[in-house]
Amino acid sequence: MSSQDIPEENLPAEQDTPHGAVKVADEAHPFADPGLPPHEHRIQDIDERAAKRSERTVALLFTVSMLATIGFIASYVTIPVDRSVYIFPIGHISALNFALGMTLGLALFCIGAGAVHWARTLMSDHEIADERHPIEAPPEVKAKVLDDFRQGAKESALGRRKLIRNTMFGALALFPLSGVVLLRDLGPLPGTKLRHTMWSKGKLLVNMNTNEPLRPSDIIVGSLTFAKPEGLEEHDHGFQTEIAKAALMLVRIQPDDIKDKRSLEWSHEGILAYSKICTHVGCPISLYEQQTHHALCPCHQSTFDLADGARVIFGPAGHALPQLRIDVNEDGYLEALGDFDEPVGPAFWERG
Amino acid sequence: MKKLSARRRHPLAALVVLLLALACTGGLYAVFSPADKAQADETAQSLTIEEGKKLYSVGCASCHGTGGQGTSDGPSLVGVGAAAVDFQVSTGRMPAATSQGAQVPRKKAVYSQAEIDQLAAYIASLGAGPAVPTKEQYGPEGADIAKGGELFRNNCAQCHNFTGKGGALTHGKYAPTLEDVAPKHIYEAMLTGPQNMPSFPDSTLSEQNKKDIIAYLGEVNGEETESPGGLELGGLGPVSEGLFAWVFGLGALIALAVWVAARTAKAKKS
Repeated sequence: MSSQDIPEENLPAEQDTPHGAVKVADEAHPFADPGLPPHEHRIQDIDERAAKRSERTVALLFTVSMLATIGFIASYVTIPVDRSVYIFPIGHISALNFALGMTLGLALFCIGAGAVHWARTLMSDHEIADERHPIEAPPEVKAKVLDDFRQGAKESALGRRKLIRNTMFGALALFPLSGVVLLRDLGPLPGTKLRHTMWSKGKLLVNMNTNEPLRPSDIIVGSLTFAKPEGLEEHDHGFQTEIAKAALMLVRIQPDDIKDKRSLEWSHEGILAYSKICTHVGCPISLYEQQTHHALCPCHQSTFDLADGARVIFGPAGHALPQLRIDVNEDGYLEALGDFDEPVGPAFWERG
Repeated sequence: MKKLSARRRHPLAALVVLLLALACTGGLYAVFSPADKAQADETAQSLTIEEGKKLYSVGCASCHGTGGQGTSDGPSLVGVGAAAVDFQVSTGRMPAATSQGAQVPRKKAVYSQAEIDQLAAYIASLGAGPAVPTKEQYGPEGADIAKGGELFRNNCAQCHNFTGKGGALTHGKYAPTLEDVAPKHIYEAMLTGPQNMPSFPDSTLSEQNKKDIIAYLGEVNGEETESPGGLELGGLGPVSEGLFAWVFGLGALIALAVWVAARTAKAKKS
């Protein structure tokens, strides 16, 4: 845009002054307000036929939207759920999903596109300037408000009638207590639930896959097995609550390779039973690498060395995975020798 | 006799003689062989092992030791069983080009199936181990796909993703994708636990369980698997889907916003 396009009055004030001697007309406003550019008409403002055309375009978009909505309902009713079609870049896809998505998308898009086209071509496009004023109130208004306040305070006689003032403060201060009391309904306190699991002395370790109690010979070196406590069935009420704490990961490591002495003592001939719940935020952790004996948590990459008491060797987890002390009962099955000796899963406020 | 000798230069003479000779040999074999068939089988078995040993000393012994006892470059193969050999060699993981790197990747197989069988027979002769599974064991007949899905999510999905797309492990190691892996090799992998994968022996994951898992994978990750949702984006879950939404979804929205705010066409060009 060259300077010839700009009307004279919109050019900066110092334009006429010779070089070097900048003359400022007004200290506070060194530049003249350029104002708004002159309004230019659109085709639709001048040509009634063009305006009609735009009107028809908008109406067409809205009509397409209506048809698409009807199409949505029609495809919902007519297309069977399991029909599959081939659509070129996507591949095989459920016909129903595709039809619902396309019609719904088209219906919404056409409403939006019609509204935008309407606004751009037919609604008034005159630019309107709205002056901004300082937010501060003028001094006389401020004085009036302060006067009113003082008069109100005087008439209420709060300063003189201390009984009213104090009881009012009391009422206002006590009122929020009713809300605080309702917080009690957030549930009973967890009590010691976080510290105990279903494991107890003599409970058999049951294979999650076969639902059979495990024998030491079932678990070979390098294998990975998941176990649950005896008596916990999948269709039980509260199964998820219990397994979320009691889930067990069983690995077998050559006893010579187990570095942690207590861990070896709590194992049965190298069969180690660790909690499957990550001590960081409680994800099920079972990405076990049998050569390195590392278990990795898929959520935040906490890594535990199962050959060294499940010590944390990487990641945000705060402490080692709790180990369950196991042994073999007289029938030759693996059994727990008690509950975990520390709370499983993530740390909590009172964990200690 | 004269007639015969007169025709000995006939073009088909050689063929007739060959056929006669073959019939003779066949007949003689049929007469003498049934008596010691078992012995012949045993000889064939020991021959296979012998052949396998030859292949082993050329291709494997430098890392795994001359008797399969293992060296600092490769683990002992005593007791790994034929299943482990079949898995490692058929998927091209063995022979590994080098013992460097986080883990040995899947490659084109170097040996033919016959050679692999010989190698497997030799390794199996070193110590008892899991045998190569049969088609009845890994085939889809009589499998419970839903149960397989449950088992897969409980035992395998943590590393291999919910539909077997694979995933990352520590220090550059990874769980490979299970796409176009033969059912037999999936079975062998569960049985033997190759590299860092833990094994799932029949004592903790029964034969039926393994069959179910393979049937599930065939259903969700096979050639004819349908994807009702369309564009899978690798089936990796929120990572690729989120990236797609941020790049293409937001990109489209920005383009639309630019179009909405663009200067409307004017009657007079300025």
